[in-house]
Amino acid sequence: MKELTLQIRTSPHLKTTLSTDTIMLHVILSLIPVVIFAVYAFGWSGLTLMVTTTLSCVLTEYILNGKDKGTKALKDWSAVLTGLLLALTLPPGFPLWMAFVGGMVAIALGKFVFGGLGQNLFNPALVGRAMLQAAFPVAITTWTNAMAPDRFSSFIASSLTLPFLEPIKADAISGATPLSAFKFDKITTDVQDLALGFTSGSLGETCAVLIALGGLYLAVRKMLNWRIPVGILGTVAVFTGLLYLIDPSKYPAPLAMLFSGGLMLGAVYMATDMVSSPLSSIGVWIYSFVIGLLVVLIRIWGGLPEGVMYAILFGNALAPVLDKTIPKRIYGMPSVKTKTAKA
Amino acid sequence: MMNFLLHNKGTFHHGIHPPEMKDDTKALSIRQFPFPPVLVLPLSQHIGAAAEPVVKEGQSVQRGQLIAKANGYMSVPLHAPVSGKVRKIDYVPTISGKKTMGIYLESFPSSGQEVIEGKCIDLYTSSPSQILAGIQQAGIVGLGGAAFPTHVKLAIPEGKSCKYLIINGVECEPYLTTDHRVMLEQYNDIFMGIRYLIKALDPEKVIIGIEANKEDAYDMLKRKKPLDMEVELALLPVKYPQGAEKMLVTAVTGHEVPSGKLPIEVGAVVINVATTAEIGRLLPHGRGIQERVITITGPGIAKKGNYLITIGTPLRFILEQVGAEGVQEVFMGGPMMGVSVSNLDMPITKGTSGIVAFRQEQTLADRPEFACIRCGACLDACPLSLNPSQLGVLAKNEAYDLMASDHHLMDCFECGSCSYVCPSNIPLVQYFRLAKTIVRKRQTKPTV
Repeated sequence: MKELTLQIRTSPHLKTTLSTDTIMLHVILSLIPVVIFAVYAFGWSGLTLMVTTTLSCVLTEYILNGKDKGTKALKDWSAVLTGLLLALTLPPGFPLWMAFVGGMVAIALGKFVFGGLGQNLFNPALVGRAMLQAAFPVAITTWTNAMAPDRFSSFIASSLTLPFLEPIKADAISGATPLSAFKFDKITTDVQDLALGFTSGSLGETCAVLIALGGLYLAVRKMLNWRIPVGILGTVAVFTGLLYLIDPSKYPAPLAMLFSGGLMLGAVYMATDMVSSPLSSIGVWIYSFVIGLLVVLIRIWGGLPEGVMYAILFGNALAPVLDKTIPKRIYGMPSVKTKTAKA
Repeated sequence: MMNFLLHNKGTFHHGIHPPEMKDDTKALSIRQFPFPPVLVLPLSQHIGAAAEPVVKEGQSVQRGQLIAKANGYMSVPLHAPVSGKVRKIDYVPTISGKKTMGIYLESFPSSGQEVIEGKCIDLYTSSPSQILAGIQQAGIVGLGGAAFPTHVKLAIPEGKSCKYLIINGVECEPYLTTDHRVMLEQYNDIFMGIRYLIKALDPEKVIIGIEANKEDAYDMLKRKKPLDMEVELALLPVKYPQGAEKMLVTAVTGHEVPSGKLPIEVGAVVINVATTAEIGRLLPHGRGIQERVITITGPGIAKKGNYLITIGTPLRFILEQVGAEGVQEVFMGGPMMGVSVSNLDMPITKGTSGIVAFRQEQTLADRPEFACIRCGACLDACPLSLNPSQLGVLAKNEAYDLMASDHHLMDCFECGSCSYVCPSNIPLVQYFRLAKTIVRKRQTKPTV
């Protein structure tokens, strides 16, 4: 027998094929229909917005991690995903320079200061968006209509605003989102239009059906915790259903609630971020319930028409608390009480 | 409030489903493997004190002759696996990486290889303590892989009694079909072994636990079970690591073995099915253990199979016989808990249940490590419901004492489920193994 050169490795010698970079990549791939629809509905502005935030996130990640670790940090695809998700939560005509700043904040403040991927408390894309909402309240609530006839021939005027200048607000006001239309003017939008995305809204949040399909794919591939979207959407449906039964003229219909605004995108792609959601199943159910409840509270009684972002950020803050406080029974241990009694 | 120990009967909590990979060898009958020209016999093939040689260099020995005696209670003797001549008593390579003392035995090629008969341990006239002594004299240790002296395991501590005798036919490690074939082919030995064990332990109940992927073995034992014997057969759902003692106790009795305690705490004694067969085969003849069934498999092996191999056969000889072209990694035991081999001169021992060889495609090379993304997969995998994710973070920060005091590190039995599922390829088990070693060292040697 020829002499063998043997490799030495510690057990286990088998591993699942699922790895972190493939999970991230699949999440990105599952968003492709949403991305295509966003470009279809909002034209070149939408596409450049996505390219801008993604580029901004990738560059920030690379620069912050330094020359040596930068390439390695990009290999897990998480920066690309953050950039893409951030764009999907912004108005289609959002000024590109602001979006670029948002991407930088998402990576730098949302992730890097905590110690990088896995250490962050909040969903980085939502941190970026929250900062943009605070800094540019007008730009982030300036909507454009979907399917504008000139969407492939010209940019939405506000997109190309020069840095540090106020965006041009000419045609923008026309497209109030279904949520604000209902909240402030009690105008209801057709559920079918909401589900299919023929409404105004953030770039990637309009077509609820495509988002749900992407989530379904990920859940089947076990790359997404199905409990989170089910928990959030279930809570919203039940809660608004009850309100609707009490007074249908005052409160929105549950289906309209589910399919409008950023709820679907948030429940499927934002709240499910593994890093910032709880570990245990019980924790996940509580987390989803709280997020669902907050969404309804903010949307119906709060000052803002939309509350998904704040609800999820609050849920993120709650996650470590849930992980710490939910008792966990360990095999062969009488109860968790003994540990706390000892300490 | 004691009912916390009673739940989840039929299987255990969590666990994983690695690919079973048993199809290549599960239908292949056990075949005798040729004798190697020189056997390498470490004096310590078990947990406990090494055996003491009773032969001299140059001495001729007959197959089955005692060549090293047990050194105290926590030790077992060693018998000559072949007739031959003691070439030298010297350091031998072992799987742990350390060289330990051992006997090099040259086999006589033309010898008839008859086995010396010893004093029969009669099932009906022997007392329980005589049976335990007989098991020690036969050099029997746990053949499932742990190689813990069986007579020590069978000695019930003062004040405890054996309620359940559990025969472990689970074989949850992927690739291995050793116990599967033993159950199909050596059922008479198994039932004879159970008789001895019943006599020694006087259990209230005897249960043979078999995973559902070995239904033919379950049917065989059910059919061949002696009419006068009260044995329950439990067909368990396939799940790793069900063959681990604690998990099997929970699966068949519903009780949980308390943290840091042995199964006898809940009245259970778990004996591997191949060990049981060895007891049934050796004790009536007063012989010592000389050979064992080993599955040799994996994509790198040409002639896969279940072989009856003489203890002390060097790996190099085995791989030459079965053909191992392009092999990159060889390990002893199953792929989940087996240990990589660094030196082909090391022999198979009493505790070797399998030899698996991987080619480059199967090895875990080129698996970059990513940051933990808190996916929680390890929490859902850990059969003890520990938090491997958090333990991993603590290990990285070298907080070993905290891991042991607050996070139940010492309960971890290194089944590898957490490492198996981790998408970020974090070497969790490796961390825990290291942490446990350090904690044990600190506990025995208090810091000054």
